[in-house]
Amino acid sequence: MSNILNYIWLVPLFPLIGFLINGLGRNFLSKTLVSFIACGALLASFVVSVYFFISVKEGNHELVKLFDFISVGKLSIPFEFQIDALSSLFLLIITGVGFLIHLYSTAYMHEESNAHYARYFAYLNLFVFSMLLLVLGGNYVIMFIGWEGVGLCSYLLIGYWFKNTDYNNAAKKAFIMNRIGDLGFLLAVFWIIQQFGSVSFGEVFANAESKSTAVLTGITLLLFIGATGKSAQIPLYTWLPDAMAGPTPVSALIHAATMVTAGIYMIARSNILYTLAPTTQSVVAVIGLATAIFAATIAIKQNDIKKVLAYSTVSQLGYMFLGLGVGAYTGAVFHVMTHAFFKALLFLGAGSVIHAMHHEQDIRNMGGLRKKLPITHLTFLLGCIAIAGIPPFSGFFSKDEILAAAYEASPVYWIVGVAGAMMTAFYMFRLYATTFLGNFRGTKEQEHHLHESPWAMTVPLIVLAILAVIGGFVGIPKVFAENAHSLEHFLSPIFTQSEELVKKDHALSHSTEYMLMGVSVALALIAILYAVNRYSKKPELQDAEGFGKVLANKWYVDEIYDAIISKPLKAISIFFNNVIEKSGIDGFVNGIGEGVQYASRQLRLLQSGQVGSYILLMVLGMIILMVVQFFIK
Amino acid sequence: MPINYYIFLALALFCIGVAGVLTRRNAIIIFMCIELMLNAVNLLLVAFSKMHYAAAVANAPGTIVGTDAQLFVFFIMVVAAAEVSVGLAIIVMMYRNTHSIDINFLNRLKH
Amino acid sequence: MNVTEILFWILSALAIASALMVVLSKNPVHSVLWLIMVFFAISGHYILLNAQFLFIVNLIVYAGAIMVLFLFVIMLMNLNTDTEPQKNKWLKVAGVVAGGCLMLVFVAALKSSGTQQVQMGEGNIGLIENLGKALFNEYVLPFEISSVLFLSAMVGAVVIGKKGD
Repeated sequence: MSNILNYIWLVPLFPLIGFLINGLGRNFLSKTLVSFIACGALLASFVVSVYFFISVKEGNHELVKLFDFISVGKLSIPFEFQIDALSSLFLLIITGVGFLIHLYSTAYMHEESNAHYARYFAYLNLFVFSMLLLVLGGNYVIMFIGWEGVGLCSYLLIGYWFKNTDYNNAAKKAFIMNRIGDLGFLLAVFWIIQQFGSVSFGEVFANAESKSTAVLTGITLLLFIGATGKSAQIPLYTWLPDAMAGPTPVSALIHAATMVTAGIYMIARSNILYTLAPTTQSVVAVIGLATAIFAATIAIKQNDIKKVLAYSTVSQLGYMFLGLGVGAYTGAVFHVMTHAFFKALLFLGAGSVIHAMHHEQDIRNMGGLRKKLPITHLTFLLGCIAIAGIPPFSGFFSKDEILAAAYEASPVYWIVGVAGAMMTAFYMFRLYATTFLGNFRGTKEQEHHLHESPWAMTVPLIVLAILAVIGGFVGIPKVFAENAHSLEHFLSPIFTQSEELVKKDHALSHSTEYMLMGVSVALALIAILYAVNRYSKKPELQDAEGFGKVLANKWYVDEIYDAIISKPLKAISIFFNNVIEKSGIDGFVNGIGEGVQYASRQLRLLQSGQVGSYILLMVLGMIILMVVQFFIK
Repeated sequence: MPINYYIFLALALFCIGVAGVLTRRNAIIIFMCIELMLNAVNLLLVAFSKMHYAAAVANAPGTIVGTDAQLFVFFIMVVAAAEVSVGLAIIVMMYRNTHSIDINFLNRLKH
Repeated sequence: MNVTEILFWILSALAIASALMVVLSKNPVHSVLWLIMVFFAISGHYILLNAQFLFIVNLIVYAGAIMVLFLFVIMLMNLNTDTEPQKNKWLKVAGVVAGGCLMLVFVAALKSSGTQQVQMGEGNIGLIENLGKALFNEYVLPFEISSVLFLSAMVGAVVIGKKGD
């Protein structure tokens, strides 16, 4: 155990302990103690993660086998952790952003009663534990444990206010949508076991090139189905906007920064499989792009502050999948990181607004909050600029990297992607202008109570705002400076195998790249100026009409799903219940019972109790045995 | 004599015993039929004993092959004597309780 | 056909006929007497096979002791009349058919058994001298155990036959 990375199990251990203490002691721990334990666990994890990150940065990586988990026949699945560039980066994001959100939650959730407060933090710690398991897992099975764990915590936290039926329904919807995806993941794992005889990443990736493309396409498509469920892509994205029922910090942590990026992590981890299956890559790219543009159109007409951010998240996740689909794995991971910063920031900012407005979420009742909430306003603005992709904010670098790779793959991807980016800029600044500019439109009482949030909420905002501004400098593209893309350098061991397979014969010329950047930035700026102009003075207060109504109703996707899946299912269930269950299965089961009873009544007569008849039957038995022995051989 | 004569004789006696057990309901007669079956087997054992002796003595004049079969018959008789003493005691007991030795009254197994 | 063969056939016929009469007699006392007849016929076969020891044991134990015991019980219970009411004729037919089937199956199975010769009227393995040596050398332990069997049978008979509980 000379290598320090062998102690990697410390990272998930702290949140687990936090979960156990808070979960078991929720009835007698004070709020201060609960927050101290929960935040302390995360801080400890974060510190250890930073230490490991530095160790990994020096070229260290390790596969830590803790114990044998499943051992059946030739198949052996150890409980192992893989610590390398990719997982250590995710460790930092999860524990870092997670810690800030824990800190934020201590203030945001302060109105809850003691037991519920502790329950909230227990769930949150359990979530972080599961997420760490997901990214640290050294094989698909351990990853799957974490994958299911985060799904469970997501369910628990969406339904945190379980007395509200709508929230419970939203939680169930999220869980079921995730289960559909998980089924794909599980099938992929079975297929991998059948094909490779192992689920460890190292062995699977090393043998990937010897398998046929058809097999790899099947496996990767199934994995991608899992990713669409977890990362909210078409067609399984509808749970994410509904998941906003949970507390806002939960939305920030789970449904923006970490859990929903699990699908991207998984594909980036399996990059070699995807590179070997070009069909799947195209599918991933097209679905990602479609989701990006589709969710962006919906976001334009939403009036709930959290819903806008939710659709924006779906849209940004679409960009990440586009990046994965065109082979820009580094770009996708880069965007995961920057997105974690600015989207967590935006959600926490929204939470701060909601907190100040006493749980008012409709932006039509806000406006002019700029003066009352200065810190929230400033940080929110920075987040909006970052997500809109204005240089030199972080969103610009990551989005530009994906778009440049998309242009290399096909200019059509780029055109659609830029259109989506323009819409992103538009709806974010529509949100910003409606909320913070103009005049206050709420009630007098709300105006009276408006206040800036306590330090526990503003400090995370400030930290995240700084990260959102400067986070992009780890990935400066080559056109600005050679060898300045330190993230690419750092992640290169993970993606070498894929890059060797796809030799880039022509890189984009510098002038083309400048042109692409210029176009996207210019379009984003136009969208921003238009949005700010239009919505700061005359916000859209009445319900949308015409095409806008279709967008406001989310293209009626929920209704379509209801009509083509839920309704027929219900009809079939009723049919099965009334016809097949009642007459078929009941008849069959009761028939067996009656048949056995009848046969028993007849057979009972054999047991006459007469010794003579017993002897007779015995002799007959002997005769039969003799016949069998002598004549039937 | 060929051995199969003895086999068929013993079979005939044995099957008459079986038929008697199956048809009669008087416990004592059933008992006697069982004795008849035992004796059929005894006879066959002795016949086999002599058959093997005849085959062995042609090669080795001083052989005693076959004695064990006859001792077997002896032991069967010993056991049969013990069995009869207990069996008849049971029949006496049964007669004392039911005033009959018809085995059809022995249908308590049903309950 | 020599004398031995003639005797064999006579004894066989006698044994089978007497056995049939055992089953067919209505009166239990007649059955007992016919059974004694069967035993005598079988003892005759033992003589033919030169199994002298078994001949004498068969007469003493079976025809003497056991059958006397039977007679004794029958007389004791006053059963020497036809006391067997015929209720179920079909059971009787079924019994006969079953016995016949058993016979048929056995005969069919064994009809190709060997025609090896059985030594008649000579050979000394059936003599008391040889059997006694074997009994008290190799088979001394089973012999002694059989005495325990007798003891336990005697105790059992006494216990069962005791009046009351």
